[in-house]
Amino acid sequence: MNRRKWWDSLHSAHPTDNFMNFSSQDNTNESGEDNLAAGIAYDQLLRCVHCGLCTSSCPTYLETGDENNGPRGRIQLIRLVADGRTDLTDRMRHHLELCLDCRACETACPSGVQYGRLIEPFRQAIEAKDTRLEKRWDIFRRGILLNLFPYADRLRYVLRPMRMLQRLGIVSAIERLGLLKLLPGRLGRLAQMLPSPTRPGPRLPKFLPAVGRKRARVAFFVGCVADAMFRPVHWATVRVLQQNGCDVFVPRGQGCCGAIHLHNGDPLGARRLADANLVAFELDRYDAILVNHGGCGAMLKEYGHHWHDGLQPHRARFADKVKDVHEFLDNLGVVPFSGRIEVSATYHDSCHLTHAQRVASAPRRLLAKIPGLDLRELPEAGICCGAGGTYNLTEPEMSDQLSRRKLDNILSTGAQVVLTANAGCLLQIQREVRQAGLGLQVMHPMELMDLSYRGEKLELKAGSEKGKMKMNVS
Amino acid sequence: MSNTELIRKLRAALKPENVLSVPSELVVYDCDAFTVERHIPLAVVFPRSAVQVAEVVRACSDHGCPVVARGAGTGLAGGCTPPPNGVVIVLTRMNKILDIRLRDAMALVEPGVLNLQLTNALSGTGYHFAPDPSSQGTATIGGNVATNAGGPHTLKYGVTVNHVAGLEVVLGDGSILQFGPVEDPAALDLARVVCGSEGTLAIVTKIWAKLTKNPQACRTIRATFASIDDASQAVSQIIAAGIVPAALELMDRGILDAVEAAFALGVPPEAAAVLIIELDGPEAGLDSLLEQVIALCRNWNPGEVLQAKTPAERELLWKCRKMAVGAVGRLSPGYMIQDGVVPRTRLPHIFRRILEIAAKHRVRIVNVAHAGDGNVHPILLLDERDRDLTARAKAASREVLEECITCGGSITAEHGVGIEKIELMEKLFAPADLRAMHRVRQAFDPASQLNPGKKYKTICQ
Ligand SMILES: Cc1cc2nc3c(=O)[nH]c(=O)nc-3n(C[C@H](O)[C@H](O)[C@H](O)COP(=O)(O)OP(=O)(O)OC[C@H]3O[C@@H](n4cnc5c(N)ncnc54)[C@H](O)[C@@H]3O)c2cc1C
Ligand code: SF4
Ligand code: SF4
Repeated sequence: MNRRKWWDSLHSAHPTDNFMNFSSQDNTNESGEDNLAAGIAYDQLLRCVHCGLCTSSCPTYLETGDENNGPRGRIQLIRLVADGRTDLTDRMRHHLELCLDCRACETACPSGVQYGRLIEPFRQAIEAKDTRLEKRWDIFRRGILLNLFPYADRLRYVLRPMRMLQRLGIVSAIERLGLLKLLPGRLGRLAQMLPSPTRPGPRLPKFLPAVGRKRARVAFFVGCVADAMFRPVHWATVRVLQQNGCDVFVPRGQGCCGAIHLHNGDPLGARRLADANLVAFELDRYDAILVNHGGCGAMLKEYGHHWHDGLQPHRARFADKVKDVHEFLDNLGVVPFSGRIEVSATYHDSCHLTHAQRVASAPRRLLAKIPGLDLRELPEAGICCGAGGTYNLTEPEMSDQLSRRKLDNILSTGAQVVLTANAGCLLQIQREVRQAGLGLQVMHPMELMDLSYRGEKLELKAGSEKGKMKMNVS
Repeated sequence: MSNTELIRKLRAALKPENVLSVPSELVVYDCDAFTVERHIPLAVVFPRSAVQVAEVVRACSDHGCPVVARGAGTGLAGGCTPPPNGVVIVLTRMNKILDIRLRDAMALVEPGVLNLQLTNALSGTGYHFAPDPSSQGTATIGGNVATNAGGPHTLKYGVTVNHVAGLEVVLGDGSILQFGPVEDPAALDLARVVCGSEGTLAIVTKIWAKLTKNPQACRTIRATFASIDDASQAVSQIIAAGIVPAALELMDRGILDAVEAAFALGVPPEAAAVLIIELDGPEAGLDSLLEQVIALCRNWNPGEVLQAKTPAERELLWKCRKMAVGAVGRLSPGYMIQDGVVPRTRLPHIFRRILEIAAKHRVRIVNVAHAGDGNVHPILLLDERDRDLTARAKAASREVLEECITCGGSITAEHGVGIEKIELMEKLFAPADLRAMHRVRQAFDPASQLNPGKKYKTICQ
């Protein structure tokens, strides 16, 4: 059979696949305004030499073994559309949506392909053009993702009754009975993600003075979900900064970094949030703007190249000032820790910290200095836990697969504590641990450092009987 | 049977989620890391066991369409580019380490296990899997066996075939056979025949891999030279002195530019070539051997000789070397990498000829080489969209390889023949040799069901 013929016969078998006009020879670059790939960094496509060295760093490729779900394949799919050789089909869209945007492939790629600058604009264009009714009117997306999550006050308000139920032990009872699964779809998943009930603590004051010799003036970024769900982590972080001679300012008027909007097809909403932050932080007053969650940090550091208008230079200057708190302390030289923390711990790399910001060794170096801490290297530490921004809500199946993979790796270290510096990862791993009934403690590195400075002991939780069995087995 | 029927049959045998048949999902399987030639397959399947591989092979054979095995698709010679109307059998979902027996220094693995995955699983045991192709973080052990992959440490430890004790394979008629792992003097050593056969004799479904004890100690140095000629003279001398380093690698200025951009290794800009030399073995005597090697290098006026002082420094050196080819994207949107072999004394000659050939065809060529093995990897920079340049690069490639043959060498050390070098087989081998190979192929796969059009096209057609 000649090639044309079998090609046609393939087509008749798949009337739904609008993979038409495909030509392997056609090299015309038709990236006009209409093209979904109009906004991508085309030079990055040319940089990819198709070597495949990135595939084994990609979580979705590791899980599926399919090039369509790996970086090399995704780049090829984007290039086909960019070159005008085919329209985007539903299957292609699916593979691109399954990408976690974790950017592990960027760390792996020796040719320096900046994959984020391909997938992000491409997906934004898909979202913007998406006319499917269910998506446009998606209450979840419009109501919760874009209008509730990014606003700490609203979120806290909604969380309050949930916390009450949790404190009364009702949620864990419901969870044990599997009743949360009865909540409709993603709402149920959202409820499962909620952290265990801890007192959120008061809001951070506008100013916290350095302890001892003054070494730096810093501004602290509080964010949205991070502030609503992990305020104790914020308190721990600013105390650690104070101990390290930092005057810490917490400017009022700051808010969400904009990442949730940007990654869910609302770049203008994201810009609004970004510009509010530009106003809130007076750059010249601070040596650095510090962030303690990887996801927010990555977004803030990218302010300089998401939007192209008159404010861009100012945004770029803002971005230059942003530092991850571990990166900053590691550079500054950390004041010796005081108290011993006699536990075994392992560190999970948040994608947005290790791949997007390339901060991997600083947190490890800091943790290694805590006296008594037995720090164990986590296998596949840089593979995404499945949280990926709002991925756990939008691609539940793959997200669950990846969080189970992560938990297995954590258990293989035998550590009592797992540390990670990102709200999404903390929520995801906590949920996995809770559902398995494990006594494993999930914490932010700053919390452990804070304990050491304060000379306090870490109290370990006991797991359920089922959980203990699981820990002993692995 | 129509294509639709075949696909229905494959779905029934493997479950629908393990079969791709929608054109827009097949397109990413149109080539491997050799991108100059592409074909979209008829279907792509992900079997999970040897039995399923056999079922696929039988169904395809009934349907009269060929199959091609694929691991990670990092092959550089188009080994897993689908033949027209072909079905791709991807082995990445057969990725379990089934058994590690340290007492026998052996591991039993499925073909989709990544090379580095095995070595990582062995960490702390004092053993490792010796073949270390630069692609080891991504390439599968099945692919390593099929291409008989080598790496920097091949110089001392040998290529993949030296580290395979046995194989389970599926033949073109769907039968499942096992060769080894116990050595049986009564049997023909068929596992060795399958190694390096590029998926044309059998599909490998299990590998008994031999494990190698970690060396007690090692020393790694990096020496810069004012010319590639000086560097290759130093290589010849070291080998002539009877020293067998664990690895002896060369990089020229062109590739160093890419490496510097990627990893900031810190090689002085005036250096025209770098040698990475590693010695390993028992601690005693290693330092005096190192001095001997450095003294030999001194004959060729090295700019600087630096020793890796910490494991991290050693790792960086190796990372730079191993990621060098991948970093070529920093120089050009595409490339073609060659894999010629020459006797080690002819290294200076071949590098000189490569320069001339590059100038003649107006193609930029940068070089890495497993110099200790006389294995050169000239990398020809191209842009697939520029057809004229691509054609010139192909012509230059061919001329380089012909030069290797003239020097008494070969056209491939480790990347395989694939479709890329098929035309050159006749130049390299006498008709009688080719006939013998062809008969072996027929004995394994009489219907040319497995990966046709690769390695020995000239005889098959
Ligand atoms: C940047 C880069 C650097 C490289 N460096 C080296 C190097 O230093 N040394 C080296 O030797 N190679 C090197 N290679 C080439 C390549 O990585 C090796 O050939 C590797 O062994 C291929 O493994 P794979 O899993 O990717 O196989 P694939 O590319 O998927 O397949 C390669 C060939 O093997 C066949 N095959 C695959 N799996 C099976 C199986 N289970 N049974 C039967 N046949 C099978 C295929 O049909 C094909 O012919 C490099 C490649 C790249 C991109
Ligand atoms: S993205 Fe980088 S590592 Fe991946 S195939 Fe392209 S060049 Fe290779
Ligand atoms: S961003 Fe993450 S999930 Fe997406 S292709 Fe890269 S490695 Fe894979």
